[in-house]
Amino acid sequence: MTATVARLASNGIAGARTVGIVGIVLGLFAFWFALPPLHTRTTVLPVVVGILAIAAGIWAFSRSEHRLGGGAVVSGVLGIVLALMAVQSSVSHLNEVVVWSALCSSMLVYATPLIYAAIGGLYSERAGVVNIALEGMLLTGAYFGIWADDFSHSWIVALLVAMLAGAVLATIHAVWSIQFKVDQIIAGTALNFLALGITGYLFIQHYGDNGTPGNIDQYGIPDIHINFIKNWYFIGPIFGQLNLMIWLSFALLIGTYLFVFRTPYGLRLRSVGEHPRAAETVGISVYKTRYIAVISSGAIAALGGAYLSTGFDHSFNQNMTQGYGFIGLAALVFGKWRPFPTFCATLLFGFSSALAIRLPTAYGQQWGTLFEALPYLLTLIAVAGVVGRSIGPAASGRPYERQ
Amino acid sequence: MSDELLTEDAERPPDPPPGDGIPNVGTARFQALTRAYGFIGPIGTTVLAFFMGGLVVLVTGHNPLSVYRAIFNGTGLNWFFHVGNHSARIPFSTHHMWFPWDTASVAAQNLQQTLLLTAPMMLTGLGLAFAFRCGLFNIGGQGQYLIGSYVAVWLGTSFVHLQPFAHVLLCLVAATLAGALYAGIAGFLKATVGAHEVISTIMLNWIAIWVGSYLLGDGGPLQNTTQKEIPISNNVVDGAKLPVFWGLKELQGLSIGIFIAIAMLVLYWLLINRTTFGFEVRAVGFNADAARAAGISVARNYVLAMGVAGGFAALGGAIDILGWEYQVGPGDVQVSEVGFLGLAAALLGRNTAVGVGLGALLFGGLINGTSGRQLDPSIFPPELAGNLATIIQGLVVLFIGLNLGGLAVWYRRRRRRSA
Repeated sequence: MTATVARLASNGIAGARTVGIVGIVLGLFAFWFALPPLHTRTTVLPVVVGILAIAAGIWAFSRSEHRLGGGAVVSGVLGIVLALMAVQSSVSHLNEVVVWSALCSSMLVYATPLIYAAIGGLYSERAGVVNIALEGMLLTGAYFGIWADDFSHSWIVALLVAMLAGAVLATIHAVWSIQFKVDQIIAGTALNFLALGITGYLFIQHYGDNGTPGNIDQYGIPDIHINFIKNWYFIGPIFGQLNLMIWLSFALLIGTYLFVFRTPYGLRLRSVGEHPRAAETVGISVYKTRYIAVISSGAIAALGGAYLSTGFDHSFNQNMTQGYGFIGLAALVFGKWRPFPTFCATLLFGFSSALAIRLPTAYGQQWGTLFEALPYLLTLIAVAGVVGRSIGPAASGRPYERQ
Repeated sequence: MSDELLTEDAERPPDPPPGDGIPNVGTARFQALTRAYGFIGPIGTTVLAFFMGGLVVLVTGHNPLSVYRAIFNGTGLNWFFHVGNHSARIPFSTHHMWFPWDTASVAAQNLQQTLLLTAPMMLTGLGLAFAFRCGLFNIGGQGQYLIGSYVAVWLGTSFVHLQPFAHVLLCLVAATLAGALYAGIAGFLKATVGAHEVISTIMLNWIAIWVGSYLLGDGGPLQNTTQKEIPISNNVVDGAKLPVFWGLKELQGLSIGIFIAIAMLVLYWLLINRTTFGFEVRAVGFNADAARAAGISVARNYVLAMGVAGGFAALGGAIDILGWEYQVGPGDVQVSEVGFLGLAAALLGRNTAVGVGLGALLFGGLINGTSGRQLDPSIFPPELAGNLATIIQGLVVLFIGLNLGGLAVWYRRRRRRSA
């Protein structure tokens, strides 16, 4: 924390970083003016604010704040384009789609499985093992979570069983990639197929055509009701009633940050991912660290799956995660393998999913589907390095040979 | 996810010398061993995967032998065993000739379906294999396959008055080029900024899926013009359909797409083994630094190899559309797995032309044999069988990554340490 504060202070008020952030916010404002509750019906205001955002972006970009500066330019351009589209559209349609509190609460709902997947991936990749089996781990957690819930009528047991199942799957990944030095991408791909097949098989075998157990909502992961803020403007509808797992994901996020960046264990974890030979030289067991990291990665990702099935949907169907694991991976790459930027990426992607769900009600089906593609497109742009390139841990994806 | 292209890596341990783990063998014998392993490894992997799949079936209270027998009969591969005295129509004519097999039996129809599924898997498999030879893991075969099918459906439903041969050729070539460009994005990013091709091709896969859902969905530009409430494309016009040479066109007979796929296997072998381009691709795949030192442009080969790989996969999408699907909707796009089955087939076939072909036949048969259309539900429910196929696919990929040599090294080390 102190480092962040010191960095902000050294930049000063007019630092390129600050200007870049202001630019991004201005771009968002340009769009916001045209939306409820303000409903600006003129094009002048959004265009002027958007151009200011682009100017701030270029200024920051030229002072080597590439990601923030580029982000401000993109935000300004998008702000202008979207605002012009919003001005064209009717006020009633806008009111129907843009209900800020509803959008924000569903943003949190959609972001939560992504947070678990991304943080699970963070542990594994920071230790130098690429984990594209996150999708499979989510799916495993989703099935075994709901199965255990149906079996034991206790959501705590459900979470434990889900974590165990995810850890078992991750153990295979660990043995294959660390011990046998199999290509980590191949091992991850295999596990994704395996998880898809096994959960689908067990689901059909156990529940068959009857579908999922109907009474999960009684035993599912509970919502947390905070009664005194329920009537507060804007905040009440968002935070008044959230699932326990959403709050847990915030705790996990902060805990992960503190663990990975503020404890000696975290330092060891990162050193194994960046330079395993050096880590081994100073007495850190590379294999042991990687094993622990990969297995906990599976357990954490499985929590996200358990949230999807027992906390949110209260049902399971085959391949229900539908790419959540890959969006989580995308968020991790977009957030440059760091906890808080990754969290922001999951919120952005969650918001895009929330918009994709709400847009079709007023504007027709096809607009929603394009927003579904947005997370992947943004991540592609991020790895392309147009706005500050995403580079992962140095030893990631490379098996370590003990000497 | 580091960029191997830009950074010299002094930390990477030197590759173990060939033959490590197989002690005391002469060069000739070692070569014979590796050559034999080229066959034994994949076969052993397949047997192991089917065995473990059988265990899953057994544990859940079914008889694995009768299940596998039913699946095998569904593939139509038993057709070859029924030799007799039959006559067959010579394709594209009215003449008949003597033939040892009955071309109109149920098994023959099943075999047609298996081969229809095999052809695109061969091509998506080649999509993985070609890039793999260049040291790139192209996991984006699914997206490239989808792009090929979109282009084929778009061109196949427009240009109604085009001459049939020209129409088919236009669709195939345009789809191949589109797939090459699409995969080329990942190759270009790898070559210029070192973006890891696995991440970029995964993203391109999902972009292709959602773009397709947009194009073909309600109100999308490729949605059919007659029934606005159904999200599916128009049917490809008759002139753009691939000729069916075995079976009836109305009953999803086998189109000449399988020959296109086999021709591409031959082309792949020629490209890799008999051209300068293939040599450069292999050189980059073996060791990019050495290739660069020898004056080969690594960046150019990355882009071209991804382009060729994407072209193969997209051609698979085109022959699926023009050969038997004729139309495609967002639902098909979401559940399609052809790219990943091709990936498994290519890994199983060790990226050789023959291997990819046989691997695709295995998975084509597996998918067809476990489909609800072929499998007798009284023996094994098809919903379970479909998942069994996915489990076997996963096990195949899991075990093919484990090469026996690597395992031997590990085992020997462990024994030495404990001794």
